[in-house]
Amino acid sequence: MQKIMVCIKRVVDYNVRIRVKPDGSGVMLDGVKMSVNPFDEIALEESLRIKERGTNIEVVAVSIGIADTQQQLRTALAMGADRAILVQTDTPVEPLTAAQTFLALAKKENPDLIFLGKQAIDDDANQTGQMLAAIWDRPQATYASKVEISGNKASVTREIDAGLETIEVDLPAVVTVDLRLNEPRYVKLPDIMKAKKKPLDVTSLEALGVSAGVLLKTVKTEPPAQRQKGVMVKDVAELVDVLKKKGLI
Amino acid sequence: MHKVLIVGEHDGKALNPATAKCVTCASGIPDSEITIVLLGADTAAVAAQAAAVAGVKSVLRVDRPENEHPLAAIFAPQLAALAADYTHVFGPSTSFGKDLMPRVAALLGAPQVSDLMAVEGAYRFRRPTYAGNAIVTVEADPARKLIATVRVASFEAAKSGGNAAVESKSISVTLPSHTRYVGAKSGSTDRPDLQTAKRVVSGGRALGSAENFKLLLSLADKIGAAVGASRAAVDAGYAPNEMQVGQTGKIISPDIYIAIGISGAIQHLTGIKDARTIVAINKDGEAPIFEVADVGLVGDLFQIVPELERLMGG
Repeated sequence: MQKIMVCIKRVVDYNVRIRVKPDGSGVMLDGVKMSVNPFDEIALEESLRIKERGTNIEVVAVSIGIADTQQQLRTALAMGADRAILVQTDTPVEPLTAAQTFLALAKKENPDLIFLGKQAIDDDANQTGQMLAAIWDRPQATYASKVEISGNKASVTREIDAGLETIEVDLPAVVTVDLRLNEPRYVKLPDIMKAKKKPLDVTSLEALGVSAGVLLKTVKTEPPAQRQKGVMVKDVAELVDVLKKKGLI
Repeated sequence: MHKVLIVGEHDGKALNPATAKCVTCASGIPDSEITIVLLGADTAAVAAQAAAVAGVKSVLRVDRPENEHPLAAIFAPQLAALAADYTHVFGPSTSFGKDLMPRVAALLGAPQVSDLMAVEGAYRFRRPTYAGNAIVTVEADPARKLIATVRVASFEAAKSGGNAAVESKSISVTLPSHTRYVGAKSGSTDRPDLQTAKRVVSGGRALGSAENFKLLLSLADKIGAAVGASRAAVDAGYAPNEMQVGQTGKIISPDIYIAIGISGAIQHLTGIKDARTIVAINKDGEAPIFEVADVGLVGDLFQIVPELERLMGG
């Protein structure tokens, strides 16, 4: 194990209450707090723990996005990544384009492992890791809740609908992480200062030979249908009464 | 005509009910012809169940020893080869489908609509983003294949009574050996399956311990309900991960959802908004769960739950 690449997405912070623009053209992003996608933070933390257990393992954090995405990559560097690469673009990319971009980076960097969050909390697509593994022609281990590396293999426990499943994959491989893999560390002030000196390269889709396709056009964004306000009951007897009237029990 | 291929989910014995929901979704596509494909070591029994789903034209069996476990790296190349004859390839938005379908899409260079919740045309769909707080309408290019995972909570299961033709298919693609199944640990239980249950009792952090969480299990068993949990309860170790309901857990649509000691973070609410009736029990009257609940009761769950069990079970 020599190198781990971890893919980071800049997203609206998970505490922000999302509001849809009245004209239906998207969600309001002006002045909204942006953060590292929480799942990607877990992916980075796992990369750092593997680095800390091993010797001479380099962790490279990569991202695709607008120039301000450097903020999220600086956070990754402050957490402990060795260097970062931003593929700068002003237009949001679709999962397949993101996968093609990460593939181009993987071909340059030759990582043994690529970590990603299982989904980004903005588009909730849950596609990029699987797509990257497909076009890289390498194994995928999605929804990881435990990752054990031994030699050129990884044993990954996955969170699936029925419980937990374990698979073994040859490296290099793509691993997408679930919530309970680890708890990411907090960044300390001295680390933020140190991160400013770490290398952060900026490149472009064109330089990597990737053309951003629009395969799915978003034509409208709407708020979800609201549920009607219900009734408050004063005790269990009344609750049971209401449920009986609704024919539910 | 639109030829829709649905990737059937099964465990070798039974067809997952999510498959019949995908059929309902696919039948909403204008002028559609629906095929279910089953990959497995021996899909004879499951194929008979799939053939009985109303609205299905044909069922394809792809049996080979390598297909015993649903590994995306093994299944995807076979499905990508098979997709040549179809315009759409759908799978359920379960952990099986979410893992597999993007790998198929990428091999085909095709877009995927994740969590498809409504069909507005053969290439126009609605899906949730931002934990269900923004619903987008997307359009795809008819010149390409369209891959989707179907948000099963948005569709009723297609009825039985169909009589589709079953055909065995062999697909000659080389399969990788870089991914191997090791084993699974399921919280096997006699309770109804969370994703298809009519009644769900769900607990949150306020339960306080795994021991206290048993209060809910007792209530659930009394009324024949499945058991769910909030992320906070799962993170705290009160309940296993397969019980998690919400944006990153299971999206469910029971007739009745009883949320006990769950405050109602938006990530949780996105998993239950299709429930027909939401009952909330919480000691904090300001908890956001009450904004979506049809019936709310403010009080101490440790007093309410045993009383509820007594009155509901009786």
